Amino acid sequence: MEKDPIVRLRRVTKRFDDVVAVDSLDLDIYQGEFLTLLGPSGCGKTTVLRLIAGFESPDKGDIVMNGTSLIGTAPNKRNVNTVFQSYALFPHMSIFDNIAFGLKMKRFEKSVITEKVTEALSIVKLGGLEMRKPHQLSGGQQQRVAMARAIVNKPQVLLLDEPLSALDYRLRQEMELELKRIHRKLGITFVFVTHDQEEAISMSDRIAVMNEGRIEQIGTPSQIYEEPQNMFVAKFVGEINVFEGRIVEIHNGSAVVDIHGRHFKVQNRKDFANGRAVKVLLRPEDIMVTKDEELQGTAPALAGKIEEVIYKGKTVDLIISLDAGETVFVTQFFNEDQEDVVYRHGHRIHINWPYGWEVVL
Amino acid sequence: MKQAFKYAYLAFIYLFLYIPILVLVIYSFNDSRFSTNWQGFTFSWYAQLFEDGPLMEAFANSLIIAFSSSTIATILGTLSAFAFYRYRFIGRKVTYSFIYVVMMSPDIVMGISLLMFFITVGLSTGAATLLLAHITFCLPFVVVTVYARISGFDRNILDAAKDLGATERRMFRHVVLPMLMPAVIAGWLLSFTLSLDDVVVSFFTTGPSFEVLPLKIYSMVRLGIKPEINALSTVMFLMSLVTVTVSHLLIAKENR
Repeated sequence: MEKDPIVRLRRVTKRFDDVVAVDSLDLDIYQGEFLTLLGPSGCGKTTVLRLIAGFESPDKGDIVMNGTSLIGTAPNKRNVNTVFQSYALFPHMSIFDNIAFGLKMKRFEKSVITEKVTEALSIVKLGGLEMRKPHQLSGGQQQRVAMARAIVNKPQVLLLDEPLSALDYRLRQEMELELKRIHRKLGITFVFVTHDQEEAISMSDRIAVMNEGRIEQIGTPSQIYEEPQNMFVAKFVGEINVFEGRIVEIHNGSAVVDIHGRHFKVQNRKDFANGRAVKVLLRPEDIMVTKDEELQGTAPALAGKIEEVIYKGKTVDLIISLDAGETVFVTQFFNEDQEDVVYRHGHRIHINWPYGWEVVL
Repeated sequence: MKQAFKYAYLAFIYLFLYIPILVLVIYSFNDSRFSTNWQGFTFSWYAQLFEDGPLMEAFANSLIIAFSSSTIATILGTLSAFAFYRYRFIGRKVTYSFIYVVMMSPDIVMGISLLMFFITVGLSTGAATLLLAHITFCLPFVVVTVYARISGFDRNILDAAKDLGATERRMFRHVVLPMLMPAVIAGWLLSFTLSLDDVVVSFFTTGPSFEVLPLKIYSMVRLGIKPEINALSTVMFLMSLVTVTVSHLLIAKENR
């Protein structure tokens, strides 16, 4: 990441009539990375992609690629290619002609075109289907053609606009791996747009979480997941439990938070002042559940009872209603050493968490 | 029983539609001056038809006008439909609505207004004014036909073409036009037929020097229906049958 960015967006704003789609956005995209723009629909992530591709031009700000501004450069003159959500294959052309289109526009020689198309087809594992028409292929195959059609041009940046959203669950997982493999193989920069946080987390080098035309947080998947910087990121990425509390003591680097009258020691990374109302966030898998009869010592914990047990195979999910009224979602991994741990509806339990696993906002 | 009734009903509808044409075809082979009763089979009306110089000239004129007006209208109409789809400009919706106004306005109004226009700008009526008039009333049909198809396009396809390095012109040539082809052909055929059998607008916009078939027939019929006319109508019916069949085959092939 110490390299210079290949694409820089500087205070880019884009309005559609009265709606601000992208709001004074700054973004650096680095050579060779897999960057995901993640956000709910209407957050402006697709607009950012279209701005980089050149289908839209910004109202304000600048987009710089390799040190030169792209403002005023038509899409056909930019060294980027796009994989569209709808694939947008040319229905009247064969698969070969679809993939060859970009090369033909650049007036490559016939023999070179054939060679490059064949190579692209083998990268996406679609050899032998050259003469079919797009409508004769399955959704997954069309997706691969759309990929091949873009990568055959060897763009510096490949833009992918929710390319997996039309596929069913199994195929999507398969294509996630394929995309990762193609990304590694080609070494070109991928900018991937999705509203699916699982997809984003499993594929990206970096994720930019977007909301209302702005980037809420940008970082590696584990930074986004484990250290969300605000409530939007915390709630959008994965399940999370939120406890309202108040800081009652400040120590060096840590603090004590009062939640429902119980005092919990937390890390105080943001240097909150004493007396401040805070939210303590915990991922379902970070919460520990202890049955009342096994309760030992005086570690602070919140009391409640199990409302629902959802067996998931690898894990078991518990829905717990606290005596204080909140509903808490907990994921427990099966512990080989404690096979007798069985949760049942109505069990009285206590919950707490290891020091430092929480996020305080 | 129910099935039999359905077929009978269908047969009845088609008989209703086609019996007049069938009668006409049969009478075109009738060996009688007065086409009311059957006098025996003959080809003589067809022979006479092809020897009738003025009639054949009118027929040729009609074909020339139909061919050129539908071709020009198709080119202009396809480009306008693309412009309506591709570009956002002030008055886009209003101008598109006016296309329908032209399409819906009665022929008589169109004929008179075109005549007035030609007189005002000092064009004497003849082949040129007739051609202009035919282009004018064919154009909206092409625009509407082509626009119907183009508006079903995935807009991303155009973006994809640009993204892959195509200029606007090459995008139109290599992506848009091939995808529009069935509609372009349909628009041309529609224009061709409209032009070929137009009476009212042609009546106002052509001069005595340039006679077209429908007007010629119209003036002939005023003196009574000659069997020659039956023969001519049969020929024209056959032509439209061929045109329709060809267009169907083309569209079917395109969709496959």
